[in-house]
Amino acid sequence: MEWDWGFVREILPALVDGVKITILATLLGSALAAVLGLGLAIARRSRNHLVSKPIGFLAEFIRGTPLLVQLYFLFYVLPDIGILLPPMVAGVIGLGLHYGTYTAEVYRAGIDNLARGQWEAAKACNLTTRQAWIHIVLPQAIPPMIPALANYFIAMFKETPLLSAITVLELMNQAKSVANSSYRYIEPMTLVGAFFLAISIPSVLALRWLEKRYGRLQ
Amino acid sequence: MIDWSGYIGLILQGAVVTIELTLMGSVLALVFAFLAGLGRLSRFGVVRAIATVYIEFFRGTSIFVQLFWVYFVLPFAGFELTPLQAGVLALGLNVGAYAAEVVRGGIQAIGKEQYEACTALNLNRWQRMRHVILPQALLIMLPTFGNNAIELLKATSVVSLISLADMTFQANVVRAQTGSTAVPFITILVLYFIMAQAIAFGMRLLERRLSRGLDGVRL
Repeated sequence: MEWDWGFVREILPALVDGVKITILATLLGSALAAVLGLGLAIARRSRNHLVSKPIGFLAEFIRGTPLLVQLYFLFYVLPDIGILLPPMVAGVIGLGLHYGTYTAEVYRAGIDNLARGQWEAAKACNLTTRQAWIHIVLPQAIPPMIPALANYFIAMFKETPLLSAITVLELMNQAKSVANSSYRYIEPMTLVGAFFLAISIPSVLALRWLEKRYGRLQ
Repeated sequence: MIDWSGYIGLILQGAVVTIELTLMGSVLALVFAFLAGLGRLSRFGVVRAIATVYIEFFRGTSIFVQLFWVYFVLPFAGFELTPLQAGVLALGLNVGAYAAEVVRGGIQAIGKEQYEACTALNLNRWQRMRHVILPQALLIMLPTFGNNAIELLKATSVVSLISLADMTFQANVVRAQTGSTAVPFITILVLYFIMAQAIAFGMRLLERRLSRGLDGVRL
């Protein structure tokens, strides 16, 4: 089967529609993961074991199971208990929840990595806990977190095709539907691959720059 | 009332396929990881370039896209693959690219003095790698390999979308036949979690085994 540019031009508008949804899902999912992760990280630091233990187990569970099955769960199981989510909402919640457990680790490592001495020094300078957080801990803890968070957002972007399984019309789903109706797979599938490369290669370069600028989280 | 015994059997059949995929995919990934990881450290520019292109390409596109490409596009180039072969190939290539960076990082983490000691002992390149560098580097790689294997296990669920009857696929069959959604999906979520814990446990055992005799070596 030969590569056909005419067919490429024909399917391009449908694919561009898909690209918009893919990008939107990534942005919303990233925002949710960034917030949820912070919540999870704080909950896991709680001194109350009734809070920290179950939350820790839940995060572990989410990280140990496939995103695809979690999406099915949100999309098919929740309606049974009366929570009917539109596909896109279920998709964004799935992405945010799954990657929230990863970003939680980033926050945790970012805060734990800061040497105890910083806290002690803050105390010695007679700063309140609030002042210590704002002036000492966060300004040092946040910069190395930025590349680590960005890393997971790029990973999330590459997992958005899974949303096609719960009928979100993102790029992969558009490509599949044009492929299924025309029986031509080469052009749509290759274009999808090219699109992902076109976004992720510059993002990886940007990530390396961020790591150089802000340092790397261990 | 639904008779669940038959459906549980179906899901367990799927679990076997998932385990097979994970094992075969991991072996293939390990091979690609060492080929590409050592390739990136090669003396020869061409080898380095090939390894870099492989790693960036497979890390840059998603497993989902790669799987569909292998399954739907390769047949046009004359490679007809069964869903199982396509699944193992895509999983191996994808996770292999991530693990290749782990191999490279592990080897680069070994200090210069180890290399100098090898030169002093008049070991050749092969002996140096085999007896000095790799035994230490492997231990550094192992925890991350464990994470890679868990990622691979999770990625196997994607093969259900090219109609390979793995655990996720069978859960969907059960959902379609019984109309019950909670039972099949919660069952497989728990099974996936148990498998992931098993991998993590196995890796810790392996780590303890490999670190024997290396006490006192700074890592």
